[in-house]
Amino acid sequence: MTKLLHASHAISRRAFLQSSAAGAAVASLAPGLLLSPAAAQSVLTVGFIYVGPKDDYGYNQAHAEGAAAIKALAGVTVVEEENVPEAIDVQKTMESMINLDGATLVFPTSFGYFDPHMLEMAKKYPDIQFRHCGGLWQEGKHPGNTGSYFGYIGQGQYLNGIAAGYATKSKKIGFVAAKPIPQVLQNINSFLLGARSVDPAITCQVIFTGEWSLAVKEAEATNALVDQGADVITCHVDSPKVVVETGADRGAFICGYHANQSPLAPEKYLTGAEWAWGNVYTDFVKKAQAGEKLGNFVRGGLKEGFVKMSPLGPAVAEEARKKFEATLAEIMAGGFSVFKGSIKDNKGKVVVAEGQSFAEDAIELESMDYLVEGVVGSTA
Amino acid sequence: MTLEANSHTLPTLDGRAGSLRPFLEWLARRAEPLAITLFAIFVGLALFSLFIALIGRSPIQLFELIFAGGFGTWFSVQNSLSRAAPLLLTALCVALPARLGLVVIGAEGAVVLGGVAGAAIALPLVGDAPAPLVWLIMALAGMLVGAVWLGFAGFLRHYRGVNETIASLLLAYIAIAFMNHLIEGPLRDPASLNKPSTAPLPPDYMLGSIPGMDVHWGLVVGVVACILSWVLIEATSFGFAARIAGGNVRAAQIQGLPVGRLIVGFTALAGAFGGLAGMIEVAAVQGSANASLAAGYGYTGILVAFLARHNPLAIIPVAVLLGGIDASGGLIQRRMGLPDATVLVLQGTLFVVILFCETFYGRFKMFNPDLWKRSA
Repeated sequence: MTKLLHASHAISRRAFLQSSAAGAAVASLAPGLLLSPAAAQSVLTVGFIYVGPKDDYGYNQAHAEGAAAIKALAGVTVVEEENVPEAIDVQKTMESMINLDGATLVFPTSFGYFDPHMLEMAKKYPDIQFRHCGGLWQEGKHPGNTGSYFGYIGQGQYLNGIAAGYATKSKKIGFVAAKPIPQVLQNINSFLLGARSVDPAITCQVIFTGEWSLAVKEAEATNALVDQGADVITCHVDSPKVVVETGADRGAFICGYHANQSPLAPEKYLTGAEWAWGNVYTDFVKKAQAGEKLGNFVRGGLKEGFVKMSPLGPAVAEEARKKFEATLAEIMAGGFSVFKGSIKDNKGKVVVAEGQSFAEDAIELESMDYLVEGVVGSTA
Repeated sequence: MTLEANSHTLPTLDGRAGSLRPFLEWLARRAEPLAITLFAIFVGLALFSLFIALIGRSPIQLFELIFAGGFGTWFSVQNSLSRAAPLLLTALCVALPARLGLVVIGAEGAVVLGGVAGAAIALPLVGDAPAPLVWLIMALAGMLVGAVWLGFAGFLRHYRGVNETIASLLLAYIAIAFMNHLIEGPLRDPASLNKPSTAPLPPDYMLGSIPGMDVHWGLVVGVVACILSWVLIEATSFGFAARIAGGNVRAAQIQGLPVGRLIVGFTALAGAFGGLAGMIEVAAVQGSANASLAAGYGYTGILVAFLARHNPLAIIPVAVLLGGIDASGGLIQRRMGLPDATVLVLQGTLFVVILFCETFYGRFKMFNPDLWKRSA
C-alpha cells in the first residue's frame, strides 16, 4: 500500500513532464509504432534501471533520488524501471527503453548489470551511451559508448565511525554486511578505524548475511549484534530499512548507509554515508545535452560531491560534532587517508606497513580481503 | 456459445449425421479447460481493471501498454519470448510432479545448482572440446544435479513421509546457500572481485540466438521439453501410471504400480528440467555461474504451471503470455508511473481467479457428452 501511495505522489510530480510523451505514445499505438515523436526531437530521454524497489531507503532509492534531480532539468525525459533481475530481463529492459521510449543515455545502476548484460547491449547499440554504477570500465577492454561511475564512500563510513565512537557506551559497535567482498570490507574497516580514532578500545562485531537483500537475516543479525552488547549499528546491504528499524527498536544508535534513513529512527539516527548521485547524473546529462563526450571513468568521494553525509541527529554530542566536522573539513581539503600504517588485520598480519598510506583512490584498496584488528568476524 | 447451441440440437443431429457426434464429443471435452480458463482470465482482467480504476488510472491505457509492450511490435514479441524461455522449463519442473499429485515448489534450487554444475564442468573442457560437445556435457551435468536435488525431495516424500512442498522449498534455500559457498570459495574466479562468479565461458562457447530472431536457443529447448513431456504423460504407460497414481495413490498401489519409483522418477525428471534451465542461463545469458542465477524463474514457473493446469502443452502459450506481461511491466512503469508491483497484482489476481474456477469443472452439461445421452 505504501508503495502505491508513494508512486501516486511521484506521478503528480511528473505529470507535467510526461503527459506529452505518454499522450504521443498512446496516439501512436494504433500503427504499432511506439517511438514518441516528441521524444525523438530535442528532448534527451534518459533511462534508469534499478535492481530493487526505488523506495527501499537504500541503494536503489539513492539512485532514484539522483534520477529525480535530473527530472527537474529542462529538455529531459526520465524513464525508470524497478525490480529488474540481473538476467535477460535487464538486457530486454535496456532494449525496450531504447526501442520503445527513444532513450539515448541509459544508466543500469546495479553492479551485476555490467557483465555481460550492459556490454551485450552496448555492442548491439553503438550509438547509445551506457553508464554503469560500479567502477568496472577499463580502457581498451570495454566499448567506448560505455563507462563507469562510482563513489568512494569508505570515508563516509569513517565519519560514521567517529559519530559511533562517541555514542557507544559498551565500546562495542556492530555492522550488518551482505558479502565479504572488497567494497564491503573497506566499509567495515573504515567504520571501525573511525570509531578507534575516538577510542582505540572499541571493537566492531560484523555479521555477513550472504545476500544483498534478505530482510529476515538482516533482522536476525541486528538482534544478535545488540544481544552481544553492540549499541551502535550500521550496515552495508541494499536496503538498510530493516537494520535501522530493528536496531533503533532495540535501543541502539544507528549510522545510515546509501540514503538518508533518519525518518525511520529520528531519535537514534546519528548520521549516515549517502550517495549524492544527483550531482553525478546532472553532470552526465548536461554534457550529453551540450553534445560533449561523456566521461568513461568517473569517480569521486565526499570532496567531489559523489558522496554526502546525512545531517547529524539529535543524539550527537557537542564534542562528537566538533571532531566530526573537523575530520570532514580535513577530507574536503583533499589527501585524507583512512588506511595509514601500520595496520594489522584481525589475525595479526600487517596489512598496511608503517609509513605506508592509501588514499581513497588507491588501487590497493580495491582488492581488500581482510578485516582490520578490532573487527570481530571472519571473511570466510 | 456455438457449442452450447450444438449440444441442444444434438438429438436431431444424431439422427441425421451420426458421424458428427464423436467429433462433437471430442471437441466438448477439449473445449472445457479452454473455455473455463478463458473465462477465468476474463474475470481476472475485469477485477484487475477495477483495481486500476480505483487508484485513479485508466485500465484501457494499461491494457494497451500490455499489448504494445508484450506483443505489439516484433521487438516486443522477441522480448516476451526471451522472458518466456526459462519459464517453460521451470514450469515443467512444477507441472510434472503435479500430475502425481505432488506440489513441488523448489524449482529455484534445481535452477541455481544446475547452472553451477554446468559452469563448473565446462571450464576444464573449454578450448579442447568443440562447443556443441561442451554444451551437451554441460546440459547433462546440469540435469543430473537438478535431478538428484529434486529427486531427493521425492525420495523424502515417499520413503520418509516428509511433505514434498516444504522439503523442496527448504532445499531451494540450501541450494542458493551452497551456490554462494561454491562461487565465493572453491569455484571463484579470482578476477571477480565484487561480484563473485565462476570464470566466464569464452564467447565462442556461448549458446547464440535462434537464426532470424533475437531470442536464445533456450526457447527451442523449452518448447521441445514441453512437447516431450506431453508425450510422456499422454502417450506412454509410464505417464499413464503416473496419472493413475496422481488420481488415487491407494488404487495405484493395489494395481501394483511402482508408486515409489514413479514419485522419485517424476521429481527427478522435474529437477532435471530445472537444472537444464539453469545451465541454459549460464550458457546463453550469464556466461558464468553467479548469484544472478537466482532470478526467481523457479518461482514464476509455479504460476505458469498452475495457470496451465499442469498440462505441458498448455505451458507454452501460458509462459509466452506471462513473458509478455513481464515484458510490458516495464512499459507500464515507464509510461504510467505505476510501481513494479502492478504486474504482480495482475499475476496474483489471475492466479486466484483461475484456481477458483477449477471448481467449475464438470458442472456444465455442454462439456459433458455423457449427460447429453441421458437428456436424449
